[in-house]
Amino acid sequence: MSTAIVLAGNPNSGKTTLFNELTGARQHVGNYPGVTVEKKQGTCISDAGKFNIVDLPGTYSLTAYSLEEVVARDFLVDEKPSMIVNIVDASNLERNLYLSVQFMEMGIPVTIALNMMDVAKKRGISIDIEKLSQLLNVPVVPTVARSGEGKKELLQTIASTVNSKVDPLIISYGRDMDTAIDEMEEIIQSSAFLTENYRARWTAIKYLENDSQVIESGQKADRKVALQLEKIVEKVSAHLAATLDAHPEGIIADQRYGFINSILKQNLITYYQDKNRLQLSDKIDKVVTNRFLGPILMVAILLGLYKFTFTYSEIPIGWFESFFGWVGNIADSNLPDGLLKSLVISGIIDGVGGVLGFVPLIMFMFLGIAFLEDSGYLARMAFMLDRVFRMFGLHGSSVMAFIVSGGIAGGCAVPGVMAARTLKSPKERLATLLTVPFMNCGAKLPVFALLVAAFFAENEATVMLLITMISWMGALLVAWALRSTIIKGEATPFVMELPPYRMPTFKGILIHTWERTWQYIKKAGTVILGISIVLWAMMTFPGLPETKTQKFENQRSVITSGVTAQVLSELETSDEDQLSEQALTIKESLTQVDFDEAHAGLKNSIAGRIGSSLEGITKFAGFDWRTNIALVGGFAAKEVVVSTLGTAYSIGEVDPEETTSLSERLKTAKGWGPLTAFSLIIFTIFYAPCFVTVVCIAKEAGSWKWAAFSVVFNTALAFGLSVVFYQVGSIVLT
Amino acid sequence: MGKISLRQMQVDQKGTIASVKAFGELGRRIRDMGLIPGKEIKIQGRAPLHDPVSLRIMGFTLTLRNNEADLIEVEV
Repeated sequence: MSTAIVLAGNPNSGKTTLFNELTGARQHVGNYPGVTVEKKQGTCISDAGKFNIVDLPGTYSLTAYSLEEVVARDFLVDEKPSMIVNIVDASNLERNLYLSVQFMEMGIPVTIALNMMDVAKKRGISIDIEKLSQLLNVPVVPTVARSGEGKKELLQTIASTVNSKVDPLIISYGRDMDTAIDEMEEIIQSSAFLTENYRARWTAIKYLENDSQVIESGQKADRKVALQLEKIVEKVSAHLAATLDAHPEGIIADQRYGFINSILKQNLITYYQDKNRLQLSDKIDKVVTNRFLGPILMVAILLGLYKFTFTYSEIPIGWFESFFGWVGNIADSNLPDGLLKSLVISGIIDGVGGVLGFVPLIMFMFLGIAFLEDSGYLARMAFMLDRVFRMFGLHGSSVMAFIVSGGIAGGCAVPGVMAARTLKSPKERLATLLTVPFMNCGAKLPVFALLVAAFFAENEATVMLLITMISWMGALLVAWALRSTIIKGEATPFVMELPPYRMPTFKGILIHTWERTWQYIKKAGTVILGISIVLWAMMTFPGLPETKTQKFENQRSVITSGVTAQVLSELETSDEDQLSEQALTIKESLTQVDFDEAHAGLKNSIAGRIGSSLEGITKFAGFDWRTNIALVGGFAAKEVVVSTLGTAYSIGEVDPEETTSLSERLKTAKGWGPLTAFSLIIFTIFYAPCFVTVVCIAKEAGSWKWAAFSVVFNTALAFGLSVVFYQVGSIVLT
Repeated sequence: MGKISLRQMQVDQKGTIASVKAFGELGRRIRDMGLIPGKEIKIQGRAPLHDPVSLRIMGFTLTLRNNEADLIEVEV
């Protein structure tokens, strides 16, 4: 037999730490208000018995303000747990008890785990635990979740009190309100209105609180009774407004705090230090959020995080690359030439390699973010930047996602999109998700580098800066546009706790990082492999017709026909730098035929046909079919734009790191000039995110609809901007 | 002694909340966090662009935007 209990409490009260301590389950320990949205369950087997524990999201109240509160309340109402273990931060008793009181009003048995006793002690607070327990009429057990202190006593207390019946706490809300509550209670009882789920008094209070969720379900349950209740609320509201200039909602909060105060005032707490003494955390804040030092420090920390992630992840990324290169080589030498080989190497190995290539990046990024989040610094960053981001309908916390995605050129939108999880406000979060792909990720840089080197070599630095500015402006303006149209709605209030700075626990950060990484591998992996194969097929099929392949075969025979057998065997066996001059020329001609064949194959492929058929439209932006194919390929990963352009210009696949040959070729190619180049740069900044990012957007936004939106909308936007730029540019320049 | 809106308060200034004129979701949130009449607050600091503001109440630090602070009247 096991008992179902829930862990509930304020954010930053050590709830998650206690959950990990009790169940050993893997879960994130946060220091940013409200970090647990998912419901986490675990089992605790102890001497005191077996408990099924659900970790409710951290909330400050049950008034259904945020999604977390709705989730927590629904769970308590629907599942009717045997007990609520309420984690209360001893160093922050008054506000924490506000939630406890609401649990007690629901009539579910409550045990209080008075946590962070060590912090309270350090702050010079001592609490009379026995008296607190007596006055609240619930068991209170002191704990220190970080060290596991008090865990045993807590479990014993839970075991011994779990089946006891408790009466719901009744707080007086003042004469006018109490009369109204009594009247409503009677109506509710006699007509069995919502009594299946809620206690009568609780429903009455929720009506007075103007709780839209309860009022709505009331209207569905029994219209007549609902109207009756609404009338009473209206009457008492009018009366209170006239006599006290007050509102039922306000009075309820006042009285709840009043009730807590009446308890705390009974010599419950002793301060043996000045209550208003500046805590260490406050002293840190004086520097860290200082007008001048704050922003400087923030830039330094962001740069540090950035350097840390992208420098150190390069090493394991290199391992992955060499590993997949090695696997590719094995496949290359063991499989017969043909479609299967091409599928295995270009479709599967490159696809899986592409997925796993991001893993070190995600791990390092989340290691850094988890540290900032758990330490409490992330909340300060949001605090400092909120003013700027709010102008565009975003939230102070959006900054992390933007920076990671390439706000400082060279990031990656995949961890960027995942970093948007630190945002708790759904609308701001969606707007952030949809706009971070405009940042200049590391994969777009080779494209820019190629074009800038070819056409803007004299002003390289200026143009790169211009590109960064365009992407930021674009992203913020689009965010603003989205928030004023399809994701319209009030800004989420910034009434937020700045949690005290804490040293993150090593275990907590590792669990957090691992969870995120594993989620990425598991969920994204399968989809991405599938899409990778589809893209491979698009660039490969239908292949060249027999007659065409024959033509290239003939060209090869022509080249090799007059050559001596000795030179031919040299071509087979020797390395390139050992070849004689004659063999070298032959080899070059042969390679050129290979390139031409690849070029013809690409043009004939599905992607090539799409590219050619789109030429009629894309010519307005200055793009010919070659650019189009490259951009289609760029959907796989942006750097593929460069290698595909290489194939399309018959100079073979171009290594994105080494683009001199291609930029030389583009300089002289027909239809290319600074105007086309910059038009392509604009398009590359804004068009559809690579499909790994798209998959992540679908996952984070919770729907493929938004993923599809980001593909279609971004491409349309990019095309519009490029066309405008190219057309206006053509007029101005001629 | 006089009543001013929370937005007008200076850093390090102390006061007692006199009234909260916010309703609906925002009002609920403000009250849940303990910003109710009678509570003592102290302005802790302001963000570099002067908005949001952070304040100390009941021993913890709370932030809110200036337009949210407008709805709170404080006796100083």
